[in-house]
Parts: sequence; structure tokens; C-alpha cells
Amino acid sequence: MWTTPGRLKAKGIIGMNRRNIRYIGRYNDRRLYPLVDDKLKTKLLAKEYGITTPALIGTVKSQFEVKGVAAMVTAHPGFVIKPAKGSGGKGILVIERVEGDSYIKPSGAHLRREDLERHVSNILSGLYSLGGSPDVAVVEALINFDDSLSEYTYEGVPDIRVIIFQGYPVMAMMRLSTAASDGKANLHQGAVGVGIDIASGCALRGVQFDRSRADHPDTGHELASLKIPGWQTLLELAAGCYEMTGLGYLGTDMVLDRDQGPMLLELNARPGLAIQMANGEGLRPRLDLIERQPPGVSVAERVALAQRHFARQSELQAVEQIPCPA
Amino acid sequence: MSRLPFYLLVGVLMIAGIALSVHRHVQFEVPWTPGEQRQVWEIEAQVNFTARGGPAMVDMALPSHQKGYRVLTENTASPGYGLSFLEDERGRRAEWSIREAAGSQQLYYSVQLLVAPDARPPQSRRPELQEVVWERPFDTAASQVIERAWQRSATPFTFARELIRDFNDDRQGENARLLLNQFDRAPLLVRLLNEAGVHARVVSGLMLEDGRRRQSLSSWVQVFDDDRWSLFNPVTGEQGRPDNLLMWEDSGQAVLEVQGGTNSRISFSMIQHNQPAAAAVRNQLANDTLINFSIHSLPLEEQALFQTILLIPIGALVVVLLRVLIGIKTSGTFMPVLIALAFIQTTLMTGLIGFLLIVAVGLVIRSYLSHLNLLLVARVSAVIITVIAIISIFSVLSYRFGLNAGLTITFFPMIILSWTIERMSILWEEEGPKEVLIQGGGSLLTAVLAYLAMNNPWVRHITFNFLGVQMILMSLILLLGNYTGYRLLELRRFKPVTED
Repeated sequence: MWTTPGRLKAKGIIGMNRRNIRYIGRYNDRRLYPLVDDKLKTKLLAKEYGITTPALIGTVKSQFEVKGVAAMVTAHPGFVIKPAKGSGGKGILVIERVEGDSYIKPSGAHLRREDLERHVSNILSGLYSLGGSPDVAVVEALINFDDSLSEYTYEGVPDIRVIIFQGYPVMAMMRLSTAASDGKANLHQGAVGVGIDIASGCALRGVQFDRSRADHPDTGHELASLKIPGWQTLLELAAGCYEMTGLGYLGTDMVLDRDQGPMLLELNARPGLAIQMANGEGLRPRLDLIERQPPGVSVAERVALAQRHFARQSELQAVEQIPCPA
Repeated sequence: MSRLPFYLLVGVLMIAGIALSVHRHVQFEVPWTPGEQRQVWEIEAQVNFTARGGPAMVDMALPSHQKGYRVLTENTASPGYGLSFLEDERGRRAEWSIREAAGSQQLYYSVQLLVAPDARPPQSRRPELQEVVWERPFDTAASQVIERAWQRSATPFTFARELIRDFNDDRQGENARLLLNQFDRAPLLVRLLNEAGVHARVVSGLMLEDGRRRQSLSSWVQVFDDDRWSLFNPVTGEQGRPDNLLMWEDSGQAVLEVQGGTNSRISFSMIQHNQPAAAAVRNQLANDTLINFSIHSLPLEEQALFQTILLIPIGALVVVLLRVLIGIKTSGTFMPVLIALAFIQTTLMTGLIGFLLIVAVGLVIRSYLSHLNLLLVARVSAVIITVIAIISIFSVLSYRFGLNAGLTITFFPMIILSWTIERMSILWEEEGPKEVLIQGGGSLLTAVLAYLAMNNPWVRHITFNFLGVQMILMSLILLLGNYTGYRLLELRRFKPVTED
């Protein structure tokens, strides 16, 4: 049931307190938070830096525009409505397709137009935003996620979380939504977390509800053969977010689009610690190594250094004897 | 980035807090525990005199802080008289005055004294030597008495002892008898001592005996040897101050001076009782200096308010401990502290039941409100009104059923409860009932622990009486804010990682 602080330390696991004081407090300038806490700002900034993000359909900024939501999305088969200042995936509504008057969620649940408007209205009044401050609803195009990954997910879009520390990608995991997580990619809601090797983009190990897992609970597909296409591009895109935001300890959420490749979904200035569980490894040794690196290194060099030092063998591979596809 | 300034700040706060608390304990006799009983003497002085019909003025010496006793409160009853308290080189004095008074007059003064064995005596200044002039037959007698005692002594104290012994009944010589016929004993002794170059004065003291009435002051001879002094009983020659002697007047002045009156007398009655230390502290006269910064100098109503306010840091400390060291999730960071404050008013069981009832009913009604598709502020306002309605209904119902405890439900902070209900409801919709139980349970657990800490009589006593404790709490919270180790619950959360 319990482990000892000594064993956690030996594994290099960092706890909430250490993350808050030692990394977020030290490397993330408070002044820069609005850049990542406001998804609309992130989106606009990313455009400036040439980092691809899902297409923006529109924004709703005031209650009287709420009625226009249905009109705004007419031309789009699927879309996502999210609060610009939401946190922890709260208030994100995914509509996969529209059938007549019904808006259908990935779970198959039908929503009416009023439901849609109520959701937008809630977002505007600050229900999902930090501190309850008034917010803006952002409507984005649904991502056409890469078919090679459809086996590994249930309903939702799998996203890839890469922790960028001082511009170096230090750890990555893929979050696969499940029936239990209602199509959402949050680990504490029941999504499967898959640790990804920084060097190759191959799966290292999987966890759901903090317990090891070798397959997807809903599709039953094994995780060992999971390999992220366009891994190199993805890492460079993620690492570039350091220059874009100036935040030293950053969680980047990436998605893979069928047509446009890796895209930045959102940024997080307070990335969670579950990534350590998915990788079966603590962040501490990697963060210590990066802290010893000199500043002023280019993106490509940073990614290369990370790939050189953080390469690992898959645990799944060892168990199931399936070679990681090259 | 050096953490030195941080640790310096924490250290300074900690040391200042401890020093302030110890200072209050030592200097003002504030006990560390609330249960301690303290002995308190209540002494009443009655001044009688016959007024001549014109203006009258009464000047009376008052006791002050001294070794073994501390003045708590003092009161006077003197209808028609103007009164002022003076403090000058003659010591503390009360001065009554009236334009016109005739016949028998009574003035009352009562004082409460705390028995404080560790109280420090005030610095006693040595009186100047008085010029002594003897009349014809007495000068030889005096010099012979002095000469005799001088031979048999070495220091001022032994000289005083020998001198007094010579005036004792059994060893009284002719010289002593002659002098005693002419002079009062105590002033005579001081004259003789001064003549021999020993600083001394007559002081007046009251022997404290429980339940005594119509007592009068006794005279004592205070003899100085440089800065040290000692009391001598002028009759027996015994050296040293009896424990139950209260020095009423200690600067060699008259105890009572009456102008415009005759037949003045002063008599004392006294009673001893025990009272809880906290009450004794409360009665303490506030000498408002910066160091003795005390809540007790405020009016009683504000004191009661501060008693609660000063507890909030304790609740905050509990929250910090539970969140930083344990890792408990609560709904709203300091909401549990406010709930705990409400528990203090309602008592724990009533409070818990009331809280659960309000939140449960509130959640049911809130789930209906969510169907109405309202704006957030309007919805929360509706929840507030609902909460007020629930509280009113429960109050009336419990009163009807004869459960008076139910009335205390009104102490719950309604706005906070409404937000709690709103948050819980959203949590329920988004994360499911399990997360509601975790966060709700965490909040309640925190509230109960904060309540237990804040309602502890010792904690209440310490926070209220020692403001230095606030600094200690501050430094502890700062230290906890610097803790980078694991939380207790993380040891469980990360356990799977260490398994392989």
C-alpha cells in the first residue's frame, strides 16, 4: 500500500512540493502564465512562431453571441468547444459529428442546440476558468487524427504530453482515452498513459489508474507496437515552445493530425506528475542533467542531446517479444 | 539564488516569537496553561475623617507592583469627590478633593493583587540621610546607644539589628527608655540610623491574613547597604520581609494626609480567593508599551472577537500541514477553516450533521437549477437563497422538535456553503461522485482537525495570551512553504513505480 521516501528518491521521482518550489517556482515566471493559461493567446502566439495548431473556427466572447454558435459551426463536421482559460481538461466539449439538429459526442450521446449554447454560456460566465473569472469560448476544428493510432484509442483523440525543461524534451507520454475517461485524455479520469521513449517514439510501458497495462482496455490492442509517426518533428515542435513562451518547465500537449502531422494542442505551465508513472521512471535525474547544460543551444541540438541521453528499452517489448517497428 | 535571507527571516520570526512569549510569561506572569489557579487578594482600604465644612483634600499612598505581588485592578468609591491618581517621586498616590464637605466622611479604595512569587521588585532608591538634631537630654542618650550598637556590629544590617535589639523590652537600657518616651519607635530608629550614617526610612506594610477586617498598617524600617536593602521589624529586630507582608507605602512618606478634616483614620479589610489564571491575566492592568502589546488592553467585546481571529492562523497551519505534508484534497483551500470556525459555535456533532444536511439538500436543489440553464452568478445567488431557506427550515423544525442545538446552524457561513455546493455539483457532473466524496471528505476531515486544534482550551489560551505565538506560526508556515519532500499520500500514489 505504501512505499518509503527513500525508494521514491532512489527512483528519482519528484513530488508535488518539489515540482512546485524547485521547478515551477524557479523556472516559470509568473508574468508568462497568461500565455499558456489562455488557450486563445497560446494559439495566436504559436501562429507567430510557425507552430501548427488545430484550425480556429471562431471565438465567443459575450453572452449575446452565444446564439451564433450553431451558425458558426455549420460548415464543420466535427468541432471542439473549450474555455480559453480552462484547466485540467475542464469544460472541453467534443462534437464528433452533426446529424440534423443533434450534436453527437464521441460517446454517442446526443446534444441539442440548447445544450451547446448552455455550455458556451457556462464557459463565458467563468465556470471552468481559474478563479471563476469571465472567459472566452474557443471553437476549434476537430483533429483528424492519424489512422495508425486509431487502434490505440477509444472515442477521443490521443494526445502526447512532452515535458520541456529549459527547452529540452525530458519525458513524454501518450494519453489514450478510454470508455472510463469519457473520451477525455486525463489520466486521473481513467485514460491510459503510455510512456514514450524520447529517442525513438516507441511505447515503453502503459498505466491505467496507476497500474501497469500492456493493452488498451477497450480496443484490446497491445501497446508494445505503438510508435509515434513524425516523432522527430514532434519533439522539435515541442522543444520550440520554450522559445515561444519563455517558460522553463513546460508541459506541451501535442496531437497528430492525419494531414498536417504533429500539432500543438495546448501548453501547461503546471504539468502533472503522472508522466513519471507512465514512464516508470522519475524526472529528477533527467532534470538534473539538463540543469548542468549550458544555455543558448539550438532546438535541434537540444533534441539531439535529449535523444542521446534519455534513450530507453521498452518494458513491453521485453515481456511480449514484439520488436519495436523501425 | 541563496536561501539564506529566507532562513534568516524564519529564524528571526521564530526567535522573536519565542522571546516575546517568554517575556510575557516571565514579566507578566501569564501562565503557559489555562487551568492554573492563581491566588488573588482583594484588599479594601477605608478612609474616615471628619470634615470641617470647607474644601477637603485627601492624599493616600497606594501599593504598586512589588516582590511577590502584582496589582491587577483598583477601584474607588467616593461619591462627590474628585479623584486623580498620581505617580511621582513620592510613589503612587490617590488624591481625593471636594469643594465643600462637612461631618463624617468615608472614602473607599479597593485593589486586587495577584500573588506572583516571581514578580520583580521595582528599583528602590536609597533615601538621603536626614539632618538629625537632638534636644538637650536626648543627644547623649542617642550617641551612647549608637556607640554601643556600633561596637557590636560590622555592617549597616548588623548595626540595625543590634540597635533594635537594644530597644527590646528585656534588654532596654535607661537610654533607650528615655528616647522611647519622647519618640515613636520606628522614626526614632531611622533617626538613630541616619545619625550613624546608615541610610534608612520608615515604610508601611499590611500583613495579609485571609478574612481580616479593620486592620491597620504596621511600620517597618527599611535599611540600605548601598543598593541592597533589608526590612527590619522595629519591635523584634527580625530581619527580612515576611511573605505575607504587602508594602503599602515604600518611599518614607505619610500613608494618609488629610487637609480640611480631622480624626483621619485608615483601616483595611482583605479577602483571598483563587481564580483561573486566564481571568487573572485578563484583569491585569495594561501597561501599554510596544513589548507588552496585548489584546487585553482592548474593550471586552473586541477581545472576544480577537479570541476567534487569533485562532485562524492555527486553522491555516492545519490546512498547510494537511495539504503540504499529507496531500489531502479539499474543496476550496481555506473553506475548511471557515467551517471549523462554525463548528466552534455549533459544537462538533451538530455542526457535522448540519453541514451534511445543508450540502446534501443543496446539491439536490442545485442539480435542478443546472437544468434551468442560468448564468453562473445568478445560479450561485439562487443557491445562496436556497441555503438560507434550508437553514431557516432546519432551525424552525429543530426548534419545534425541541432540539435547541439545531438553532446554531445559523452560524454557518452561507456564501461559503453556497460556493461549496456549486463546486461540488460541478465536480459531480465532471468527475463523478467519487471525486466529490474524496474532496468533500477531505474538506470535512480538514475542518474537523482544524476544529479540534482551534477548540483546544490550551491552544485558545496560548494564541490569545501570547501574541508571539503568531510569529512562531508564521515562521512554521514559511518553513512548510519551503518543503520539497514527498507528501504522505504520494508514497501511495507512486508506489507502483517502485515495484518493478
